[in-house]
Amino acid sequence: MKVSLSFSSLSNSRWYEYVARFLLGGVATVFTGLVSQQFGPAVGGLFLAMPAIFCASATLIERHEIRRKREAGLEGHRRGQAAAALDSAGAMLGSLAMMLFAATILTLAPSGPVVAFLGSLAVWTIAAVALWNLRLKYRAHQRRG
Amino acid sequence: MSESVIRFLVGGSLVSLFAIIGDIVRPKSFAGLFGAAPSVALATLGIAWSQHGVAYVEIQARTMILGAIALAVYSAVVCWLLMRCRIRALPATIGAFAVWLAVAFCLYLPMGAGGP
Repeated sequence: MKVSLSFSSLSNSRWYEYVARFLLGGVATVFTGLVSQQFGPAVGGLFLAMPAIFCASATLIERHEIRRKREAGLEGHRRGQAAAALDSAGAMLGSLAMMLFAATILTLAPSGPVVAFLGSLAVWTIAAVALWNLRLKYRAHQRRG
Repeated sequence: MSESVIRFLVGGSLVSLFAIIGDIVRPKSFAGLFGAAPSVALATLGIAWSQHGVAYVEIQARTMILGAIALAVYSAVVCWLLMRCRIRALPATIGAFAVWLAVAFCLYLPMGAGGP
């Protein structure tokens, strides 16, 4: 299975869904800042991996799938749940990559912010793609076996 | 501009950017990776670095590893709730937040007692 880009999928989202994600992202970032101020950087660090955005993305994916199925004359709830579940399986791999992101920040921090952020972002991307490929291979192996 | 406004704008922009990338990539399981993209972390750590310095960022990055482990458990629980219990996405993702909190603090409390 190849990774591809589909710009037409942007039209599935309504304008207010983009606004909602922007607001949620802004509020989550302000919230983590307040937690750090109130309880210290260690507790604040935990909340850097808080699933605030995932709630919105999984709900939107389910809603889009239901809308698509309804337009085709089907009920769509089950398919919507399956699409959201697939998204959460992907998020599980993304969060493992996020662990490596944080570990890389920790390792590269003495080299300065540019090196640390670019390096950790590269590690997150490489790890997420590698884990996704591993999962695909594992599932293909299971189907054959 | 106040610090909160800057946080809000930077966080909102980075989250939107990763969300748009997640929208346009296919297949769906690959797009799901972006549901756990470090967008809030990039914004928060960037601001923390400029305000408090490297030592503060190192403390946050260390406990973020624990938060990310909790996020992996949370994602697995959400997947299970959706597929096995047939709960809708919104209640499943909000309800499972208790699991994230429990796992994150169960991992943090034993090591956090001696920390800052």
